Order: sequence, then structure tokens, then C-alpha cells
Amino acid sequence: MAKGEGTTGTDIPAGGFVQLLTPDGDRIDSVTTADGTTYTVDFTDEEYRDLYRDLVTVRRLDAEATSLQRQGELGIWASLLGQEAAQVGSGRAMRPQDMGFPTYREHGVLYTRGIDPIMPFGLFRGVDQGGWDPNEFKFNSYTIVIGSQTLHATGYAMGITMDGRTGSADGEAVIAYFGDGATSQGEVNEAFVWSGVFNAPIVFFCQNNQYAISEPLERQTRVPLYLRAGGYGFPGVRVDGNDVLASYAVTRTALDNARNGQGPTLIEAYTYRMGAHTSSDDPTRYRIASEVESWKAKDPISRLRAFLTRQQVAGEDFFTETDEAATALALGLRERVLAMPDPEPVRLFDNAYPNGSPEVDEQRREFLAYQASFEGSGH
Amino acid sequence: MTETITLGKAVNHGLRRALENDPKVVIMGEDVGKLGGVFRITDGLQKDFGEDRVIDTPLAEAGIVGTAVGLAIRGYRPVCEIQFDGFVFPAYNQIVAQVAKMHYRSNGAVRLPLVIRIPYGGGIGAVEHHSESPEAYFAHTPGLKVVTCADPVDAYSMIQQSITSDDPIIFLEPKRRYWEKGTVDLDAPLADAFPLHAARVTRPGTDATILAYGPMVRVALDAATAAAEDGRDLEVIDLRTLSPVDYPVIVESVRRTGRAVVVHEAPGNLGMGAELAARITEQCFYHLEAPVLRVTGYDVPYPAARLEEEYLPDLDRVLDAVDRAFGW
Repeated sequence: MAKGEGTTGTDIPAGGFVQLLTPDGDRIDSVTTADGTTYTVDFTDEEYRDLYRDLVTVRRLDAEATSLQRQGELGIWASLLGQEAAQVGSGRAMRPQDMGFPTYREHGVLYTRGIDPIMPFGLFRGVDQGGWDPNEFKFNSYTIVIGSQTLHATGYAMGITMDGRTGSADGEAVIAYFGDGATSQGEVNEAFVWSGVFNAPIVFFCQNNQYAISEPLERQTRVPLYLRAGGYGFPGVRVDGNDVLASYAVTRTALDNARNGQGPTLIEAYTYRMGAHTSSDDPTRYRIASEVESWKAKDPISRLRAFLTRQQVAGEDFFTETDEAATALALGLRERVLAMPDPEPVRLFDNAYPNGSPEVDEQRREFLAYQASFEGSGH
Repeated sequence: MTETITLGKAVNHGLRRALENDPKVVIMGEDVGKLGGVFRITDGLQKDFGEDRVIDTPLAEAGIVGTAVGLAIRGYRPVCEIQFDGFVFPAYNQIVAQVAKMHYRSNGAVRLPLVIRIPYGGGIGAVEHHSESPEAYFAHTPGLKVVTCADPVDAYSMIQQSITSDDPIIFLEPKRRYWEKGTVDLDAPLADAFPLHAARVTRPGTDATILAYGPMVRVALDAATAAAEDGRDLEVIDLRTLSPVDYPVIVESVRRTGRAVVVHEAPGNLGMGAELAARITEQCFYHLEAPVLRVTGYDVPYPAARLEEEYLPDLDRVLDAVDRAFGW
């Protein structure tokens, strides 16, 4: 059932992957994998430029967040640097009715969903736990415990089936994000089992960025991750995660298959975490500079830029404009992050239970009385 | 329609009524379909409501609870069955790290109206992992509510109240009481039922307060009957709700009787009894004639079946504690 076979060659993982745009910016018309699925994209010039804008914007916002963290304005930041194509491609592949379940690194997907990029900063700045209404944005809250969200995504997808919302082109589908490390979690494997058994309309989108904090892929698996899908009875496909076109094409196909009632797909987006796991990490302790350099040559943005230039879809003016717009957005984001108010202390008692709790209410009263006891005392 | 039914059948009727009343209610668990569950609590429900609403799941507890979370986000009201107390731990991460925290995490946007049913407690001669009392783990976890029924009347109403509640609820069923009978009015409006998160004075008394819940309520009542022959009038409170605990009822009682004995099967160390003793001491200090005493399981893993009678609190151990409370 595996269909990872596509482009092969140097610098390409054994078994190949689906690639529609080479690191040099050469466009491959289409890729047909061993199972007969053909992947291609048919974008207008404007759509190509939109994808480029997305990539540049999410990288620029990410850089701003990294700066904010270094300046002490965020407690921590999980950078997406290097994974922009996987996130933008898969995010843009979602249709409006589709539901996403992210980890804590899917800032790029979040952006493509049209969600205000400020939203996750509550979590990283520590003013709240980063929550929003998943149903309002069709995008679940960030989930920090590795892999747990894949089961939530599976349950949600089962609900789509139960609601009779599959089996047609306007059906609904779910995409669950996770990383290479998460594939070792029991819960992720349970999500695979359940999705297979219930033929759930779900796409498992694994960004294999080669590291789970410090541990390389070899610590998680002895087979290519996409091949695991066969054991659960659904297709797996590997895509060049640094290729936004291929990431889009593969995800779009998988989501459409899901919404049409054909069940789950596992996508392994083969990419690289260019930065640290989070701002608390020091990757120089566990990986060598030459490896990072080799991945720089596969950068998702420079290859699309080369393609757009060569095709005369965009020129210097556009690239400059895009950079400036992204910077303006990033600086605006910075201002808004800095303006985020610290929460009122008593808010720590809010929302423990939908129906409240007399115990929590009592503790809130005691807390307020205790706080009030300092009034006028200079504390 | 008033019927004399077992506690297990009362849960079954309650589930049936919940399924009838709300199309979003789904039951999920291992063997809950054709088999009707290993205790037959879901007997006949799949036949009448279909495989989409009474779902035989793969054998994976984290999967049961984790997918229930997703279904709840989608708008369903899942009722999960964990087959036995000792099998809940694979789902512990989902319950404690996700179910309990999602409403808080989302600033109140997400409600997870799910119920996790767990048959718990010993006394049925079972092998390891089939007789445990894990309530303290869940009662300790903010974001969860924990309730337990002790008789068929409560079983029938409390399971329905739990399903209609928007709070995530751990619903503990005293498995050795599944076969005990009571008279239940199956047509009684749920709105008229005793409130879910309320303790009940099951037997009024004047001399000491026995606090019990789930399978130990019967033991406490029997002890009270025996004590009456010695001229001691014990008040028995069925806690019913372990998180939050209904302290006003307890405090009122203990201030009146001056003595309190807490009874539970779970190990004593850091169990419900420890918290109850602390809270009673704080709120009833000048009314107490004796320290709050605990009659609990011992601080060892649940023992082999042929030792469980020694492990489980029984009438004699409760009376012994009452004697000590009076001898202080």
C-alpha cells in the first residue's frame, strides 16, 4: 500500500518521495507513485505568489517570535524554521470545512487557516494556556503532550462519519499533525488502529523533521515512517516536506480521499528542523554543522523563489514587497504581543469546570480576601 | 413504572434513557456491544440503538478516552466504559492531561461532556487488577468530577445526571453491589432526583458519623444496625460525590455527633479519608470528641482473592473504629 516511491536520487531518502519542485527550483510536472496515484498541482500565477507570500510570512513571524523569546518576552518558543513548506502546503490543502489538530509547532498551518497569528502567543508568553474555540476556527488548541491530539483527531473524524458528512466532494475531513518522535507513542499507534478500523476521514500528517529534541530518527524507527501505514491497513506516502507544491498536492489528495469516504492516509513529510527544538534547546550538542548546511541547500523558500523567477511569475519588486509586508506584519505582531496584558490574578480560578465547583469558588473567595488583606500595605 | 431491579440493571436503564433522550449520547468501550459488557451493564443497548451509538472499540483504553475527547469536541456526549478499575491506567494520560484540562486550557471554550464509567472495588474474588479503588487519583485531579453510587435508585439517576452534565465525570460503579436490588421509579423525572453533587444522610443518628461511599455504604449501614444493638446511634452519610465533596452536609453532621469515622476500600495513605479527616478537623475542631478515624484498605497492592476479606473494611473493623472513637 505504500506509495512513497517518486523522485529518487542523491540527497533523497531511500525509497524516494513525492517531489514537484526540486531544491534548485525545477518544476516536475507530476509524480505517479507505485499505486498509480498521480500528484500534480495546477496553480495560477497568483496562487504561486500566494504560496510564496505564505512561506515568507510564516518564516518572518517565526523569526520575530524567536527574537521576542530571546528578549525575554516569551517564556519559550517552538520554531517552525525549515518546516514552512510542509505546513503551508498541507494547511492550504485543507478545505474550509476541514478540521486541524496541531501539536505546538503548527504556527504556519494556523496562519494558512486565516487565524490571527497572535493566538498561540498567549501560551508562549504565559498569559493563558493558549486556548481558543476549536470549532470556531476549525483548528484545535495546541497540544503539548506528544501525540495525544491524534486520538482527539480520530474521535472527531469518527464524529464526521457518524454525522453522515463523508462520501462526497463537500464532505469533511480531519488532519492530525505530529512529529517523528510522536510515532513511538502508544496513543499515536492507537489512533492509527482506530482510524483504520473505523475508516475515519483523517489524514495523519507527520512532519519528520529528523529529530525529537536531540534524538535522531533512528531512535524512533527502523523502517521509513510512511511504511508503517501498511500495518494499519491504509496508505502511506512520503513527500518532500520542503516542497510546498508536493506537500499541497499530497495532502489535498489524501484529504479528498478521506472526505470521499476512502479512509485514512499517513503522510510523512520529510523535512528538517533548522532551528532548535525550542528556545530552551541547544542543537549543537547533538548534530553537526555540515548536516544543517546540507539542509540549507534544500530550503523551501529559495527553491520556490528560483522557480517563480525563472518562470517570470514574480520579480524583484514582488520579493521586496513580500519581505516588507511580512516585516510589517511581524512588527505589528511584536507590538501586540508586548501589549498583551498580564491576566488578573483571580482569573486563575476561571474555567476549571464548565459547571463550576463549590470548592474552587471557596478558594477564589479566600484568595480574594487574602489579596485584599494587603491593600494599603504597600505590597 | 416502579421496578425492583439490581444496581447493574439500574445503570443499564439509566443508559438506555440517556440514549433515548439525546441522540448525541454514544456508548463506547470494550465488549459493550453484542456481549453487553462483561458485567452486562450495556446489555441490549447496541441491539436497540445500533452500532454507531453503542460502539465496540478496539482494545485500547487511551483510545477509548482519547477518541471520546474528539467526539465531544464534535458535539457528542460519549459515555466510556473502562472494563475494570485496574485497566484505566493506560487511559490515565488522556484523562488527567487532556480531559481534565481542556476546558481550562481553552479559556472555557471547550466543554467535554463525557462520562467515564469504571466498575471499581473488590469483594468478587477476582484476579489482580480487577478489584482496585482508584478514586483518589481522579479526585485529586482538578478539572474532573468524581461520583459513585451505592444503590439502584442512585445508580439510575446519577448516571443520567452525569451524562447530562457538561463536566467531565468519572462515574465509579461499586461492582460487588451490581447484583443488589432496590425499587426504582423508572419514570421519575430526572429533575426531581437527588442532586448529583450532594451527599446524603442515609441513616440519621446522633452519636457518631460514618462517612462512606460506593461499596462501603452497605457495610456502614450494617455496622450502624449492629451498633444500635449496643445502644449507639450512628449516622451514616453516603458521600456520593468525591469531587467536589459535599462538605456542608458532613460538617453539619460531625458538629452534631462529635465523632467521625471514614470508611473506604482504597489504601488509607493519601486517600479520600485523609482529606476528609483534614477538612473535618479544620471545620469541626471544637466539636470533636475524638480524632477522625479511618477504616480503609491497607497500604499494600490489592491482595489475592483469598486474602481480600482481610484487606477489605468490614462491619467488625468499622465497629472497632467506632469503639475507639468513643474510648478516646
